[in-house]
Amino acid sequence: MTKLAEFTTNEHLAILSARELRNGQVVFAGIGIPLLAAALAQRAHCPNLTILFEGGTIGALVEPGRLPPSTNDQRGAKRSNMVLGSSEVLLLLQRGYVDIGFMGGAQIDKYGNLNSSLINGTGNKSAIRLPGSGGGNDIASLTNLMVTMKHEKRRFVEHVDFVTSPGWLRGRSTRHESGLQSGGAFRVVTELAVFGFDEHSREMKVIALNPGVSPSQVQENTGFELLFDSDLPITQLPTGTELRILRELDPDGVLTS
Amino acid sequence: MHLEKARSYSDLRERLSRRDRGLSEKVMSLEDASALITDGQSVGIGGSMMSRTPMAMIWQLIRSGRKNLVCSRSITTSEGDLLLGSGLSNHIITSWFSQGIMWGISKVMRMHVESGQARYDEWSHLAIGMRFRAGAMGVPFMPMRPMLGSDVLASRPEARVINCPFTSENILLVPALNPDVAIIHVHSCDPYGNARIEGLQFMDIDLAMAADKVILTTERIISNDQIRRAPDQTKIPFFCVDGVVEVPFGSAPHECYGVYEPMMNHLDSYVRKVNSDPIGGMKSYLDEHIYAPRSWNDYLNLIGLEEVLGAAHRGRSND
Repeated sequence: MTKLAEFTTNEHLAILSARELRNGQVVFAGIGIPLLAAALAQRAHCPNLTILFEGGTIGALVEPGRLPPSTNDQRGAKRSNMVLGSSEVLLLLQRGYVDIGFMGGAQIDKYGNLNSSLINGTGNKSAIRLPGSGGGNDIASLTNLMVTMKHEKRRFVEHVDFVTSPGWLRGRSTRHESGLQSGGAFRVVTELAVFGFDEHSREMKVIALNPGVSPSQVQENTGFELLFDSDLPITQLPTGTELRILRELDPDGVLTS
Repeated sequence: MHLEKARSYSDLRERLSRRDRGLSEKVMSLEDASALITDGQSVGIGGSMMSRTPMAMIWQLIRSGRKNLVCSRSITTSEGDLLLGSGLSNHIITSWFSQGIMWGISKVMRMHVESGQARYDEWSHLAIGMRFRAGAMGVPFMPMRPMLGSDVLASRPEARVINCPFTSENILLVPALNPDVAIIHVHSCDPYGNARIEGLQFMDIDLAMAADKVILTTERIISNDQIRRAPDQTKIPFFCVDGVVEVPFGSAPHECYGVYEPMMNHLDSYVRKVNSDPIGGMKSYLDEHIYAPRSWNDYLNLIGLEEVLGAAHRGRSND
């Protein structure tokens, strides 16, 4: 049995989120833990997982020890099934070919909206300009979105300062009313718990706890009031196989240290 | 905030009609090519992230003292720092702007944008693509579904939400982007500008078609005979190209598919230098790496033979 100290937080995030992927799905993966988790899933329980990258890659095959430094470069594209233009690969999302959009997050709110653009708002002297959407807005607008990120109170906020990548917007039917007719945030994976969203209010809801984590601990580290499923299973610790595959993929701990 | 001005169709056609579209040779030096761009023009930049960035052209434009360009690119990385830090540009239109994934937020970008010295117009990645595509198609806009409901849309008054006349649903219209000039780095092209791009094309074909003028830098110039033996490999046709410059390793320290990977040691040291001191560090990088070298090859020398060849070895390996 694996002990808690035997893996890093990022390894835990990659393993937990890889388990949410199913064989045969088409997943559009962002850089970082999502890319690593998708590659892990492909080598563990989803041999027929199709991975798409923003740079135009269809059917990526990430090779051990050769992790791409971004999703827009040749390492991610070599040995794939096809390379397309950037617009073409994003238009596949719009057409509906992709099951899961999968990305990291800097700041998230209770409706699963993500901010990667601006902290402290427009025109404010203390505003911090973050990198921006990239494909994030497109992915979140068009797919069932899975997000994996570290669980910190300052990152889990009541309202994000700027909606870069839309979740359920202001809850209930507001996403649909804005014109976003498909998709929406469906999973958030952190080192503390796994989250879904209430199907009516669209508020974030704890659906599983990680080993050794109490519900109050999750709430204390969250900047808004969480919903909790009545029945809360405990996730399985990372297995030796999962850790071995992950460390083969990223032997230098580029993404997992 | 002033809005980008929409280009009229008659203006676009008029400018295109005046271009030399004959099968003529366009080979020139980096310096000559930089003279095709004037201060304040809008310039579309090919490639994406750390891939096929037309770095040698940017390097030359900084050396030639061009100022205040409005630069558009799918995804902007360390070249964006150089655009702002040198004054070559004070307005970037893109979907993502940092030095690269490995290094977190760009301190150079933050300093210029947060202080209001430079403007960063953020669009979604697809929106940038659809704007170039509309420009390439000669239509004023493209419809798309992302960005609705978000603050990315709320901060972009140039985009419009309409009620679709066919389906009655909300749909977003993004305006055409027709840059005055496009600068694109390619794998090979003939002296007329028939260009091959291997691997990831990004938005470069739309960008080439959209722009009023196109400058290609190329890893190598090949003959028109070679082009004619495999016309399916030609991605950009000669008649939309105005200048061809042969620059081996012209994307360094970024990558070129199948030819070289990014030169990470150089990028690491660059990021350490400018993030620890976005003003002084940038000045010293510009002085040492942009202004001081006598030629692009001299700049490659500063990156170092070992690193350049190592990147080439990794880029060419397929195992």
